[in-house]
Amino acid sequence: MNPRELFVQVTYLTASVLFIVGLRSLTRPDQARRGMNQAALGMLLAICGTLAHHEILRYDWIIVGLVVGTAIGYPLGMFVPMTAMPQRIAISHLFGALAATLVGVAEYYTLVRGPGVGHAEMAALGFEVLFGSLTITGSFMATGKLQGFLPGRPITYPGQNAVNLLLFAVALGLFGYLIFVPGQQAAFYTMIGVAFCVGLFMVMPIGGADMPVVISLLNSYAGLASAATGFAIGNNVLIIAGALDGASGFLLSILMSKAMNRSFANVLFGAFGTPATSSGRSSVGLAVRSITAEDVALQLGYAGSVIVVPGYGMAVAQAQHQVRELAEQIEKRGGEVKYAIHPVAGRMPGHMNVLLAEANIPYDRLYDMDEINPQFDQADVALVIGANDVVNPAARSDRASPIYGMPILNVDRARHVIVLKRSMSPGFAGIENELFYDPKTSMLFGDAKASLSRLVSEVKSL
Amino acid sequence: MPSTGIIELYVFLLAGFVGYQVITRVPPLLHTPLMSATNAISGISLVGSLVAAGADRNMVSTILGVIAVASATINVVGGFLITDRMLKMFKRHDQPDPGPKVG
Repeated sequence: MNPRELFVQVTYLTASVLFIVGLRSLTRPDQARRGMNQAALGMLLAICGTLAHHEILRYDWIIVGLVVGTAIGYPLGMFVPMTAMPQRIAISHLFGALAATLVGVAEYYTLVRGPGVGHAEMAALGFEVLFGSLTITGSFMATGKLQGFLPGRPITYPGQNAVNLLLFAVALGLFGYLIFVPGQQAAFYTMIGVAFCVGLFMVMPIGGADMPVVISLLNSYAGLASAATGFAIGNNVLIIAGALDGASGFLLSILMSKAMNRSFANVLFGAFGTPATSSGRSSVGLAVRSITAEDVALQLGYAGSVIVVPGYGMAVAQAQHQVRELAEQIEKRGGEVKYAIHPVAGRMPGHMNVLLAEANIPYDRLYDMDEINPQFDQADVALVIGANDVVNPAARSDRASPIYGMPILNVDRARHVIVLKRSMSPGFAGIENELFYDPKTSMLFGDAKASLSRLVSEVKSL
Repeated sequence: MPSTGIIELYVFLLAGFVGYQVITRVPPLLHTPLMSATNAISGISLVGSLVAAGADRNMVSTILGVIAVASATINVVGGFLITDRMLKMFKRHDQPDPGPKVG
């Protein structure tokens, strides 16, 4: 190993270690920033190391790529609002997969015209390009649905699952064929085309509420495609980073599926967002109790402990700051305020926590489902803002309900429940919520932001 | 499969195992920053892109390489910036406010 090659390898090894140190720091919120700065330093080292690589002969095009990438990446990092985080992450899966796929194609193109492609090499390249391509179109669909330039509701047609499985089987078949006959260029490019279709059709039938699983799954695919790039070009730091990314995405998609009480297969082939036909118990003949803002303010103002349950409706109404103001008023009067965060409260893992942290709500007041559920028994008031399915007791008791078995926040165990809601329309899954008909539940109808502002001033004037 | 391929497989499996162990301990609180962080880190595919773009092998490789460099750079730059932006927002209640800041 000559000194130059040694330098490159040392930077890669350092980068690998710093990446793991960086991810480890995310286990502690107070150390996370420093850890991520170390990871960024590792990245810088690896890039410098690569620029010294003996295969790199000219730098003009590299500089063009780096400048263009920085020009697009900087605004994507600095100016995207936190509410848009899911689509921001989805599009970064797209870029990651695009980079992996293009490197794979370039490698294949060059090898086929030169020394030829070995079988093992083809396996790595094929995997890279296959998963890369389907992640590109899949992420594009996810971004479009989340950003709203594609219809967010599931698009379904008869025989959809059969078509999707068939396409995937064709892509895998071509991949298998290529491992035996790596020189078949037509098969290689057809595989890419089919994989594009697989990604497109795979995400098409998936609705907005299932996006946390899809984003996590695409994260995992993008990571695996990166790792395969590492195999193809014999680069360990790529394998390590790809494996970390893949493991993280895989783990998050399992957590998200569990939180929704669904299997991967069910999310991918179930088209959940369509209104359920058999929605369990009927609410016919039951009445809801409507309440005025003054009465809610009274209850909150004299409560010893309040648990706020924010849902996606709160984020849509951009009411985080009003929630914090209300909490400050309650705390000023001696009450204690905690926040109960369901794992799928937002549109991606952990999204709700970020939205609340952005509104300056201290993170030690944010509680996971498992931490907070035993505490509802002691709570005077549970304040549900724009959440629906994640507080539906039918998930515990009604076997006929489509959400039966889904872990929920035990809001109905609190002494009083106040639900802020726009109207009585059912939630995302189209399921009736019997919490709303519970005798201890009061409903405050109206826009969440307006209702909360009203409550803030009412509590202030108590 | 050549022996380097086997070693790479070891690296992959061990890294995946370490990743799994570390990431199971990340609290749900930080799952969004976790995802943007792993995204930024997997922007390391930039090193592969740089070689494709700069090795001057053929026109196709250079063009694809440059687009790949740009894509990976977007993830590296944007990913680390946005992760830091998010992590900066997480504060404890006894932590003094770092000063007036709008937004």
